Amino acid sequence: MNTRGLRSQLKDSVPVAGLCTQAGSYGVQDPLRKGFSSVKNELLPSHPLELSEKNFHLNQDKMNFSTLRNIQGLHAPLKLQMEYRATRQIQRLPFLQSSNIALDTLRGNDESIGFEDVLNDPAQSEVMGDPHMMMEYKLGLL
Amino acid sequence: MFLTCFKKEKKQKNIACIILLLFPWKDGVVLGADTRATEGMVVADKNCSKIHYISPNIYCCGAGTAADTEMTTQIISSNLELHSLSTGRLPRVATANRMLKQMLFRYQGYIGAALVLGGVDCLGPHLYSIYPHGSTDKLPYVTMGSGSLAAMAVFEDRYKPDMEEEEAKQLVRDAIAAGIFNDLGSGSNIDVCVITKGKVDYLRPHDEPNKKGTRAGSYRYKQGTTGILTKAVTPLDLEVVEETVQTMDTS
Repeated sequence: MNTRGLRSQLKDSVPVAGLCTQAGSYGVQDPLRKGFSSVKNELLPSHPLELSEKNFHLNQDKMNFSTLRNIQGLHAPLKLQMEYRATRQIQRLPFLQSSNIALDTLRGNDESIGFEDVLNDPAQSEVMGDPHMMMEYKLGLL
Repeated sequence: MFLTCFKKEKKQKNIACIILLLFPWKDGVVLGADTRATEGMVVADKNCSKIHYISPNIYCCGAGTAADTEMTTQIISSNLELHSLSTGRLPRVATANRMLKQMLFRYQGYIGAALVLGGVDCLGPHLYSIYPHGSTDKLPYVTMGSGSLAAMAVFEDRYKPDMEEEEAKQLVRDAIAAGIFNDLGSGSNIDVCVITKGKVDYLRPHDEPNKKGTRAGSYRYKQGTTGILTKAVTPLDLEVVEETVQTMDTS
C-alpha cells in the first residue's frame, strides 16, 4: 500500500505546525517543491499581522462553528463541515487553477470581494508548477 | 441633525489630509472636505477628491493614507453593491459602517484610513466616523483629520439641530475654511456633497478661497529699448569636407 499516495489526499485537513515546515520525505528540506528555506522566516513572523492573517479563515470558522454548536446543537457544525470537506475535494488537476465555485457558495464568498480577489490574479502568477511532476507527486509515484 | 466630519492628514506618500465634515441637517446630510494631499511637508495634489462614492445614497470622506482610503472605499462600495443586489433594497448606512469597521479591525490599524461615512437611507440621515483601528461613532456632527480641531470649534459654536440646507452648507463651508486657513495640512478648495432622500448634490468645488494669484506686471522690455551703436556683418565660408550616411536599423 502506498502511504504517500493516501497522505496526499488528506490535503484538506487542518495544517499542523511541525518542527520543520520545509521537510519533505525523510525529514530533509525539499527545495524542489517548497522553495528555499530560511530559518528566520519560519521562526519569526515578518509582519505583526502575518500569523493573524494566515489563520484568519481558520479562526473565523472556529468561532462561527462554536457559536453554531451552542445555538443549534452539535449536528449543525458537523453537517456544515461535512459539506465543506466534500466541496473542497472538487478540484481540478494540481497544476490548474480551480474555480472552487461550490466552496465559495457555501462560504458566502460569491457575494463579496476582498483583497484576495483583487491582488492575487492567477493570470499574473509568476510561478508555475511542472504539470508532470505535480501529477506524479499527487499520485504518489514520485 | 448636523453631522460634520473632518479628516486627518497623515504623513505618508500621497497622504490625503483632509478636513471632512459631515453634517446632517433636517432631512439630509452635508459632507465637506478640503482638497489638499500632502507628502511629508510638500503638497502632492492641490486638488484631490476626498469625498468617495460608496452607493447612490451613501458617500464617504477619507482622511489618512490616500491609497488606503481610496481602495477601502472602493472595496466596500463593490461589496455593498453586491449586497444590495442580493437583498434587492437600497443599502443602509449602518451596513456600510459595519463592513468598514470589521475590515479595519481585521487589519489592526495598519490600513491608515480614517473615514467619515454619511448617507440617507430608509430610516433617515445617518453620520458615522470610523477610525483606522476599527472603532466607530454615530454622532450628529463629526470632524476628522488634522484640521478637525479648527472645524470642530466652528461647529461647537454655531451648530443647532434641524437647520435648513443653505444654513447647513454655509456652516460646513465655514468650518472647512477654518481648517484650511489655520492648519498646514489642509488647503485649496472646499468640496461639498449634499445628500437627501433621492438626490445627491456633489459640488466640486463649492468654494475656492485659495485661487492662485495672477501676475500684475511684466519684466519684458519693449522692442527697441536697447539702442544699436554699430553693426558689422562677416560671412563665414564653410566647405563640405566629408559626407557619411548612417543607416537606421528599422527592421
